[in-house]
Amino acid sequence: MSMIVGGYFTSHVPAIGGAIVRGDQQAPYWKPFFDGFPPIRDWLGAAKPDVAVVFYNDHGLNFFLDKMPTFAVGAAPEYRNADEGWGLPVYKPFAGHPALSWHIIEALVHDEFDITTCQSMLVDHALSIPFELAWPDVAAWPVKLVPIAINTVQHPLPSAKRCLALGRAVGRALASWGGDERIVVIGTGGLSHQLDGQRAGFINAEYDRFCLDNLAGDPDALTQHSIHDMVALSGTQGVEVLNWIAARGALGDAPLRETSRNYHIPISNTAAASLVLEPA
Amino acid sequence: MSATHSIPQAAPGPIPGTTLYDGDMAQRGFALNAMCFSFNDAANRDAFKADEAGYCARYDLTPEQRRAVSEKDVLGLLATGGNIYYLAKMSGIWGLNVQDVGAAQTGMSVADFKAMLLAQAAQIGGAQ
Repeated sequence: MSMIVGGYFTSHVPAIGGAIVRGDQQAPYWKPFFDGFPPIRDWLGAAKPDVAVVFYNDHGLNFFLDKMPTFAVGAAPEYRNADEGWGLPVYKPFAGHPALSWHIIEALVHDEFDITTCQSMLVDHALSIPFELAWPDVAAWPVKLVPIAINTVQHPLPSAKRCLALGRAVGRALASWGGDERIVVIGTGGLSHQLDGQRAGFINAEYDRFCLDNLAGDPDALTQHSIHDMVALSGTQGVEVLNWIAARGALGDAPLRETSRNYHIPISNTAAASLVLEPA
Repeated sequence: MSATHSIPQAAPGPIPGTTLYDGDMAQRGFALNAMCFSFNDAANRDAFKADEAGYCARYDLTPEQRRAVSEKDVLGLLATGGNIYYLAKMSGIWGLNVQDVGAAQTGMSVADFKAMLLAQAAQIGGAQ
């Protein structure tokens, strides 16, 4: 029987990829962020997941404004990164797990989540950077991927409440899966930051701490804010914490313990964080 | 389990210096963002660099959008419907990173904008 080994959460700022390519992990600017990862790698090394179910948001690589799904579930045999517009090195491909993807899709639609199904999709730095941080220097990723994209680009965005419910439905789907995989749930993005407008550079550690402190024990607390209030509190891109909230939901209702946490200001324009939640 | 902190409250009303990218913005900016989306392809970036006017003419930009592209006016691009996730691809062609774009929007110098970001470490008791 499959099992969820836990949840891994991290920011996915594109500049992290540049720091990795340059080998800047120990540079003074970057060290406080990268220092969060050795314990996460140790945990993953011991937990040995072979599937990753990842909640993330696309940044205009796979989805354009012509067709913008609120929730999209990948069902491809393979996912590739591609040029995101900056001509940077392209990240490694990911092996998919179509059977598990379709099981999740069936379960979600049965649960009345009207998701979009993607048998072909490109995945961007929001997926690749968390993998590079977790499994540096591997020739191929040690896990198969089921990507679940949440729209954080074009309002109306799904509410935090809806994202938590989506995650919980994914968790039920994983619980009813008949395989024997060890599954890690990953949420990427955030925390507080704003790239656009005169308020660019906005960061709010108080709201971030509220999210981090309640994620394990009381994720419903994070659903009390409307999207408007989440933007006010965490910035126009800080709403990417929706991916964390959905991933938390997928970990289910059994008690969790936080076994790793790192929070640093700033990485690029962002309050950057990493976190691990394990079954208590 | 109860929340370990009081719940942060957002001030009611519009968020200063912030536009929610909604359907109104998405309609206004569709052509501009379509052009930016095309910049995922290196050949299109090269074509834009070689002939900006000719490249823009292939998209149905408004005169104000065309002016904003020409002047690298980030706030103007946002006001006419540009979405930051797509605009980031055009600002990359211009050699501008997110700190450069932040500085351009806030009226700060890039050095001051970067210093402002670093100073926010004080929120968690870090170095300024």
